Amino acid sequence: MTQPNRLAGGQINRDAPLNFHFDGKAYQGYQGDTLASALLANNVRLMGRSFKYHRPRGPLTAGSEEPNAMVELRGGARQEPSTRATTAELYHGLMAKSQNRWPSLAFDAMAINDRFSTFLTAGFYYKTFMWPAAFWEKIYEPIIRKAAGLGSLSMKADPDVYDKGFRHCDLLVIGAGPAGLSAALTAGRSGAQVILADEDFAMGGRLNSETLSINDAHADAWVAHSIAELFAMNNVRLMPRTTVIGAFDHGIYGAVERVSDHVHIPDEGKPRQILWRIYAPKTLLCAGATERPIAFDNNDRPGIMLASALRSYANRWAATPAHRIAVFTNNDDGHRTAIDLHAKGVKIAAVVDTRLDAPFSDQYEVLKGAQVIDSKGRLGLTFAELRLADGSERTLECGALGVSGGWNPNVHLTCHQRGRPTWNDDLAAFVPGGTLPPGMSVAGAAVGLFSTHDALQSGAAEAKKALGIKGRAAPVPKAEDAPVTQTPFWYVEGCSRAWLDQQNDVTVKDVKLSHQEGFRSVEHLKRYTTLGMATDQGKTSNMGGLAIMAELAGKAIPEVGTTIFRPPYTPTAIGAFGGRMRGMEFHPTRLTPSHFWAKERGAVFVEVGNWLRAQWFPIAGETHWRESVDREVKATRASVGVCDCTTLGKIDVQGTDAAAFLNKVYCNGFAKLAVGKTRYGLMLREDGIAMDDGTAARLEEDHFVVTTTTANAAKVYQHMEFVRQCLFPDMDVQLISTTEGWAQYAVAGPNSRKLLQKIVDADHDISNEAFPFMACANITVCGGLRARLFRISFSGELAFEIAVPSRYGDALMRKLMSEGEEFDVTPYGTEALGVMRIEKGHAAGNELNGTTTALNLGMGRMVSKAKDSIGSKLSERPGLNEEDALMQVGIKPLDASQKVTAGGHLMKATGPVDAAHDQGYVTSAAFSPELDSMIGLGFLKDGGNRKGERMRLVSPVTNLTVEVEIVSAHFVDPEGERVRA
Amino acid sequence: MIINHPILGPRDSAEFTYLGDAAMIDRPDPDTASPQDWHDYAYLRDNPAGTHRELWWHEGGDRSWLVITRNTLTHEISKVEIARDVARKMGRSK
Repeated sequence: MTQPNRLAGGQINRDAPLNFHFDGKAYQGYQGDTLASALLANNVRLMGRSFKYHRPRGPLTAGSEEPNAMVELRGGARQEPSTRATTAELYHGLMAKSQNRWPSLAFDAMAINDRFSTFLTAGFYYKTFMWPAAFWEKIYEPIIRKAAGLGSLSMKADPDVYDKGFRHCDLLVIGAGPAGLSAALTAGRSGAQVILADEDFAMGGRLNSETLSINDAHADAWVAHSIAELFAMNNVRLMPRTTVIGAFDHGIYGAVERVSDHVHIPDEGKPRQILWRIYAPKTLLCAGATERPIAFDNNDRPGIMLASALRSYANRWAATPAHRIAVFTNNDDGHRTAIDLHAKGVKIAAVVDTRLDAPFSDQYEVLKGAQVIDSKGRLGLTFAELRLADGSERTLECGALGVSGGWNPNVHLTCHQRGRPTWNDDLAAFVPGGTLPPGMSVAGAAVGLFSTHDALQSGAAEAKKALGIKGRAAPVPKAEDAPVTQTPFWYVEGCSRAWLDQQNDVTVKDVKLSHQEGFRSVEHLKRYTTLGMATDQGKTSNMGGLAIMAELAGKAIPEVGTTIFRPPYTPTAIGAFGGRMRGMEFHPTRLTPSHFWAKERGAVFVEVGNWLRAQWFPIAGETHWRESVDREVKATRASVGVCDCTTLGKIDVQGTDAAAFLNKVYCNGFAKLAVGKTRYGLMLREDGIAMDDGTAARLEEDHFVVTTTTANAAKVYQHMEFVRQCLFPDMDVQLISTTEGWAQYAVAGPNSRKLLQKIVDADHDISNEAFPFMACANITVCGGLRARLFRISFSGELAFEIAVPSRYGDALMRKLMSEGEEFDVTPYGTEALGVMRIEKGHAAGNELNGTTTALNLGMGRMVSKAKDSIGSKLSERPGLNEEDALMQVGIKPLDASQKVTAGGHLMKATGPVDAAHDQGYVTSAAFSPELDSMIGLGFLKDGGNRKGERMRLVSPVTNLTVEVEIVSAHFVDPEGERVRA
Repeated sequence: MIINHPILGPRDSAEFTYLGDAAMIDRPDPDTASPQDWHDYAYLRDNPAGTHRELWWHEGGDRSWLVITRNTLTHEISKVEIARDVARKMGRSK
C-alpha cells in the first residue's frame, strides 16, 4: 500500500507496518504513528464534521489540544466516542470511524446547517426553542442532540478492566520535554524519589517534533540518553502515556495511565487504564505551551493547521498533509515550519508574515506585511487568498497552511486551586500567576521560557529549589537560546466567519454578537457562545475569543480577565473513575455466616446495606413469594423457626463506667440492670428525635453487649464513640464493634426452647424458671463451644438469640436444622421477620424514620427524667409534646381482602381528603397469616385515644381508598404471654 | 486532603468521616442550661468562609475523633488535635 504523503526520516519504525481501517477503508501506517499522522501520510485530510454546521474538518493540531479530528475508536463493546485522532496511537487492526456525519464523511446531509448559518448563531437554541415549553424535552432536544456533533456509545458494557492505584514520590514532574527531562535528571541524581509523567507515548515533548541540537548533536540523542539514564535509576519512575489530569488538595494529583489503549485488546490481566492518585509534596509543572491560531475567513478547512503541528507531522512522523504548503505567521517560529518542511522536500508556496520586518529567506518566498484573508476548497484546502502589504490580493495554491500566532503557556494545572494566571505583555500571553497549588512550581515553556536553553536551565534550577538540593548544578547542556518575541495578532481585519473555536463552531462574528447582546464578561461569553467548552476546553480558542472581546470592550486583555481551568486536563473515561467498582463490586458485599448454607437451601437474597440476607426460602411447589413467607411465619408461630440476625450491629461496651455510659446514650436507664439481664434501649438524637433502638445485655458488671439495627450499625457506633471521646472523655469505658465476630441466630416459636435444649450443654439450665424472658448468659453449646444466649423476641413468640464465634456460624445453623427436624424447624428470611414484627407491633426502620420521637413511638414514658441522656432535654420541648401528637397505632381494613399500603395517609371517615385534613400515615404494611388480612402500622394524631375509630386510608399515588379501623399495634399476643412462656 | 494525625502521621482524608463544627463538643450542662442553650447547641452551626474547627472521625483507622482546624477556602489544615484532649481542656470529664 502506498503512503503518498510519507516523507523521509521521522520517529516511525518502517520495519513495523501496521494495517488499520478508517471509515471502513484499509490503510497502512507504521509503528510510532498516531491515527492522524498515518491518515495524513495516506493523503487523508478530512477526518470529521464540525459540531454545529457540519463543516468538513481535519486535524488542527498534533496533540491533545485537538478540537477537530474526533473519531470513534475500536467498535463493538469497546467503542469509544469522541477520541482524538491526534493522540490515538496506531496499532495493527485499529478501527476508527468519523462521527457526526450522515450518510458519509464526504457527503454529509446535515451540512445544510452551514447554509443556514445566519440563523444558527450564538444563542440560537436559547432564542428559538423557547415555545412551547413542553416541546423542549420531547421534540427539540432529541433532534438537536442527533444533529450535534457527539459520537455514539456502544450501549454495551465495557468488557475491559479499569484500575486505580496509589503512588508516592518526593517530586512529581509533569511533562517530559526539555524542562521535564532536565528536572527529572537533576532530581533523580540527587537520590530523590521522582515520578516523571507524560501524556505522550514517546517522552521528549517538543524536542521530538523539532530539528534542534543539544550538545551539538540532534536533540533526539540527548532525549534517548536522558531517558536511558532515568530508566536506570531505581528512584525514578517513568510514566509515559500518563496524563496528570488534576491538582487536588495537599499535593494529591490525579493521573490517568493508558495502559492498553495502544493495543487491540488488553493483555490478559492488564487493565485498559489506571487512575493513579499520586502523593507529591513537590511538583514541577513542565507542561510546555500550545500554539495559537490566527483567525481569518474559512480558516477551518482540512489542511489548515497550526504551523507547529505541520512541523510535528513532518519531523516526528514523516508525514505531510500536502506536498505544497504555505505558512501564515506573525512570529519567527512560523518560519521554522517552512525551513523544516523545505528540508524534507515539501514545496513551500510562500510564508505569509504579518510583519513588515519579517526575516528574509533564500529558500522560499516571504510575503512581508501580508495576511491570509480567505481560503478555498470543498473538502480540503486548495487555495489561500492573500492580502499583500500594498493592499493588493493574491491567490496562493497550497494543500496545507501552517498558522502561527505565537504560543500560550499551558497553565491549566496551576489554576486547579483557583490560582489565576497573569498577563505577560512581553509574550502577549497568560503565564502562571496567583496562588499556585501548594508545592507546585513551573518550568520551561509552561512559565513562558520558550527557548530550549531556558527550558533545560529552568527545569534543573526549579528541581534543585523544590528539593532543596545543595551544591553546584551539573552544567546545562548546550542548546539554542533564540530570543522569543510575541506580539498580539488574533484575527485578520474584517473577517466574520472566521473560526475561533473549531470544536464548538464559534466564529469571530459570534463573539461580536455576544458583545452586542450584552454577554460581555468572560464567563457570559463562554456560556452564550459555548466558546471553550467540550472536549478540548478551548485550549486553542480561549485566547482568541478573549482578545476579541477585549478589543470590542475597549479594554486590555488582563482587564477582561480569563476563565480558569478545572480538572480534568483532558477528557477522562468514566470507566477510569469507576475503576473496579462496577456492578456488584460498587461496594463490598458482606455475607452472613449462614450464607452458603442458605444458598444451598435455594434462598432468595436481598441487599440490605452492604449485606446480602436471605429474604425467603422457597420450597418445591411455591410459585409466589407470599406462599413462602406465609408458610415461614405460620411454621415459626406453630413450632420453631430460625433466622440469621448476625447483621444487627453488635457493640461490646466494657469498663467500670459502662453502665453510666449507656445511661447517657440511651434515653432509658441501664444503671440498675442486673447482670444476666437484657433490656430494650431507645437512643435519641440530641434534638429529641429517635435515632435507633436495640438491646443491651449485661453479661458482667462492667460488660454489656449492645445491638443496633442493621442499617444504623456504623452510624450508632460513630455516635457512641463521639459521646465517649468528645462528651465524656474521662469515663472508663471502651467500645469495639463485634458485628462480624459473632454469628447470631434468632430461634423463635413455641418449640424454640426444646430445640435449643438439644444443643446447649447440660450444665446450662435454660428452663423458663432459670432463664426467663430477657435473660442473657455466657454458655457453651455442642460440647464446650462458647456461646451467648439471649432470651429476647422480635417475633412475639417464645424466642432466643444464640451467638457463637463467626467461624462456627455455618456449623451451628446446620446443627439447628438437623436437631430441629423433629420439630419441623423452618428457616425464615427477612420478609417473614418483617411480617412477624409488624404483627407484634415492634418499631423498625420505617417507624424510626428520623422524624419520630419516643412519644410518637408510644415510649414517651421510657425517657428517664431521673438522669441526663442524649436528647432527653430537647425531647421535652412543647412542640414535640402536643396534645394531638402522632402516636403509633395498628391499622386493619374493614374488609380483610382490602389492601393496606405503606405511605398511605389516614383521613377521617367523612370530610375532605387533603393535606389540611391529614390525620396520620402508614409506615409499614404486611399480610398477616395470623389475622388472614393485611395489616399496617402507622402514626395517627392522638392515636392513643382513637382505637376503634373507622377511617379512610388514602393513597393518591396509587389511587387507593380503603376503609380501615384503628386498632392496637400489637396484633398478636398483646398481653405478651407467648414471649414469657 | 491529607490529615496529619497526631498519633498516626499523615493519612488520606478518605480514611475519615466528617461530622462538622467542633462546637458540638461543648454540650450544655444539663443542670444549668436554658432551653435557648440547648436550641443553640442542637441547631446553630457556624459556617465560616475561612478558618473552621471541625470534627473528623478516623473511621478507617484508629477510630479517634479529631478536631481539625481547616481553612474552608483553601482546605489548608493548620492544626490537628485529639478531640478527647480538646474536650478535657474544655473541662469535660464524666
